[in-house]
Amino acid sequence: MADYKEWLDNLDRSAYHEGEYQWEEDGYTVTRTNHWSPPGCHNSCGLLLYVKDGKLEKVEGDPLSPFVNGKLCVRCLDLPEAVNHPDRLKYPMKRVGERGENKWERISWEEAFDICEREVRKVWETDGGNAILLIHGTGRNTGPMTYFGNCALKTPNISTFGFTGFACYLPRMFGAFAPFGDYLIADASEGHEDRYANEEFVAPGVIVVWGNEPLKSNADGYIGHWLAQCVQMGSKIISIDPRLTWWGARAEYFLQIRPGTDAALACAWLNVIINEDLYDHDFVDCWTMGFEELAESVKDFTPAWAAEITDIPEEDIIGSARLYATTKPAAIQWGLAMDQQLSAMSLNLACCDLMAITGNVDVPGGNILIRNAFGATDLPLTEPVIPEEWRMKKLTMKYAFGDDCEEFTTHASSDALLRAMEVGEPFPIKMLWIQTSNAIANPGMDAARVYEAMRKVPFVVNADPYLTPISVACADLLLPVAMSCERNSCRTWWTPLRSITKATSYYEAKSDEEIMIEMGHRLNPDYWPWKTDVEMMDWYLTDCRLPDPDVMKGFKTTNLQLAAWGDHHSENQLGLMELAEAGGYAYDEWNGQYKKYEKGLCRQDGSVGFATESGRVELTPFVYQIWGLRRTPYHIEPPQSPLSTPELMEEYPLILTSGGRSWEFFHSENRQMPFMRELHPEPQLTINPKTAEKYGIQDGQYVWVENDHGRFRQRAFVSPIVNEHTVHAEHGWWFPENEGAEPHLFDTFVANPNNCTKAFETGPSGVGSSIKCMICKVYPYKEGDELPEQQIIVDHDFVEYTPGEGYPDFEAYKANDYHYEK
Amino acid sequence: MLGLLINNEYCIGCHSCEVACRQHLGLGEGEWGIKLSETGPWKYEEGAKAGQWEWTWTPIITKACDMCEDRVAKGKMPACVQHCQGWCMYSGEVSDLVKKMDEDTRWVLLTR
Repeated sequence: MADYKEWLDNLDRSAYHEGEYQWEEDGYTVTRTNHWSPPGCHNSCGLLLYVKDGKLEKVEGDPLSPFVNGKLCVRCLDLPEAVNHPDRLKYPMKRVGERGENKWERISWEEAFDICEREVRKVWETDGGNAILLIHGTGRNTGPMTYFGNCALKTPNISTFGFTGFACYLPRMFGAFAPFGDYLIADASEGHEDRYANEEFVAPGVIVVWGNEPLKSNADGYIGHWLAQCVQMGSKIISIDPRLTWWGARAEYFLQIRPGTDAALACAWLNVIINEDLYDHDFVDCWTMGFEELAESVKDFTPAWAAEITDIPEEDIIGSARLYATTKPAAIQWGLAMDQQLSAMSLNLACCDLMAITGNVDVPGGNILIRNAFGATDLPLTEPVIPEEWRMKKLTMKYAFGDDCEEFTTHASSDALLRAMEVGEPFPIKMLWIQTSNAIANPGMDAARVYEAMRKVPFVVNADPYLTPISVACADLLLPVAMSCERNSCRTWWTPLRSITKATSYYEAKSDEEIMIEMGHRLNPDYWPWKTDVEMMDWYLTDCRLPDPDVMKGFKTTNLQLAAWGDHHSENQLGLMELAEAGGYAYDEWNGQYKKYEKGLCRQDGSVGFATESGRVELTPFVYQIWGLRRTPYHIEPPQSPLSTPELMEEYPLILTSGGRSWEFFHSENRQMPFMRELHPEPQLTINPKTAEKYGIQDGQYVWVENDHGRFRQRAFVSPIVNEHTVHAEHGWWFPENEGAEPHLFDTFVANPNNCTKAFETGPSGVGSSIKCMICKVYPYKEGDELPEQQIIVDHDFVEYTPGEGYPDFEAYKANDYHYEK
Repeated sequence: MLGLLINNEYCIGCHSCEVACRQHLGLGEGEWGIKLSETGPWKYEEGAKAGQWEWTWTPIITKACDMCEDRVAKGKMPACVQHCQGWCMYSGEVSDLVKKMDEDTRWVLLTR
């Protein structure tokens, strides 16, 4: 659809009830709204919900909503199967058997809230609010989660638990905040209501699709098919990925990189672009600082050097660097893999430096500076609301990794939390509040350890739409959570501002907002003045200031994002229902403009420049030093690899990468939906035909994937999309159709790549992980082979570890500046 | 004659057409109104295409497809076209559709 204007002109807007929020059609009540978890994903697409007799029967994409123009993925199209599924939690329940027995008793919401309030107050009295850990899943619409943690539970300890090294998004966020003071995303005209037809917009001349498959992942608030549309408009492709994807098969350069070595490639690109004088002198001179230092730092990182490390031919490194640097404009679509390597912070800095020195920052078709529309829902740092004694006990990285690690991420460190749970240092965790996270099945690296640690916590609340492996393993109280079509909420992650309004309800399920408000009323009513979810959303969308703004005065932090808030508040005027009536979305002015740094739009004082300390793009950011990081890009080799541990390659000859997305599932979700399982019945281990032949593996056969830490079982999928040295495993699998009670937990340990990942294995300053770049062997499963769940749940001998500590070989590697003693 | 035109250069293989269609027609497990056919991937080792990859999807319609008569009568797009994430499906009179077929990319015209 290269001609978007034609598409718009041909769209019969009245057929899709333009201007109406709700209407009757063929016996259905239709509601125009936006979706955003549960079930989850990182996005919020415009939907038309078709409801009959109170039941969601059909979902269509809303062509009138410019965010995706009605284009929907299979999960949203199949939403009725998720919403109406008999496995959903219908009522609050309390555990009646032992943990793991999966025995529950229905209770009232009143009793459930009473129990929660009693347990929170008990922890406040004995250990302080800091002993409560609030856990949430990735990119979910858990509403004002930090506000709930800080202003209701009064804990600073909020995290995606089990996730070593903050290895998702945070490294990119802070990797961009340091040099730019803002985040950047690839420009597909997402800031404009008229999208691809916008007069200022031009499609990128080349798109670098790096470390993600945007069509399947649609991650971080970004929609993959925006870029597919750009390809139709003429964008060329550079694909940097261990796997062949739609992008790679259509690319000018498909750089089939060895997992975990992207920083070496980025350094070599910088080397080529600077040495060959392909950089944008005007932009570098006018808007950046640190160029000389950057140039000096990459002069030894030659393409020949990088070719040895990355397994990419030297000529392709040079050619692709030239193509990126000389094509105007050019955009980098950066993804999760950037964060899941030890070099994460260095790699993300290198990518930012590439965007900057090629002059692709905030230009049409480049990488644009992006913020939440209207500044709405940007809550200030609410930690000062917590009593000081408890606030000071935020489990930051220094608790896991020592005093060198200055706090710069928003959340508590997963590794520090694991240590607190395992050994009670620096204090024990007494309560988990798990708001929709399936921590054992999905993010929990070192799955067996995470399982054992969570079982030690005396009281666990689990709010979720479904009973999951983690519910059975450790929950004491289950709270049924409403799905997206059952809640009044909103969305402002990037742009546009969107309404989410209630069209159905399901038994006694309550929305995240409703649960938070009730708990807020009970625990800290001054900060929860709203009677209803709609009232709260109105404040969230149009105001976002604290009842007592003075509490923020004089609060110092090394966290740039949090320090920047000041007296910030939303510029949006529309409350939730007004927004819904207005079509369900609103675009702001800020995100629709280019070169905002030239217009005085980035800095709080209105001066030109970027929102950094210096006002310039800091190519070698000063704050990196404060964070304990090297200020210039470099490569760190994965802890186990052909280069770092050649002696291990005989036993484990293959590179194991994992976590690539599929159309049918978002992380551990959607496994209950029959249609999704019809399309994708079982987890797949992708293996090259030659490798499969070498190891005697047939397509469709069960295989074990094993490293020096553990093993898991998936079905072999023999395909040339990976090279002969690499296999790819899927993540997030559990089998809701199987037994939930222990020792099974829906067989979540059977297929789990996190049996092989290791806690405490991070990059500098506790950021980044190596879970996408491990080594392994692959061999056929034999009938009767012992399953990991037996070893983990029954025998407790799956992994050997010292509670509260990392693994000695990695600790030695890290202590030696990420080298093994030779 | 009504038809569906696919620019399968840009089909991303997302299955949205399949799912949207089945929901619309109310078909059961294993039944389809439209179904993707996958070709590849393989890499050309020789000749003018050496070094290039082949990997495409093409939707095929079944007898169940009625070109979404009822939707089209109301001014809506067929369910598959409306939800296509690849932006690569067009519907309408065949005589109009063929005019879109350029000589640069690969197209498939489906009729019933």
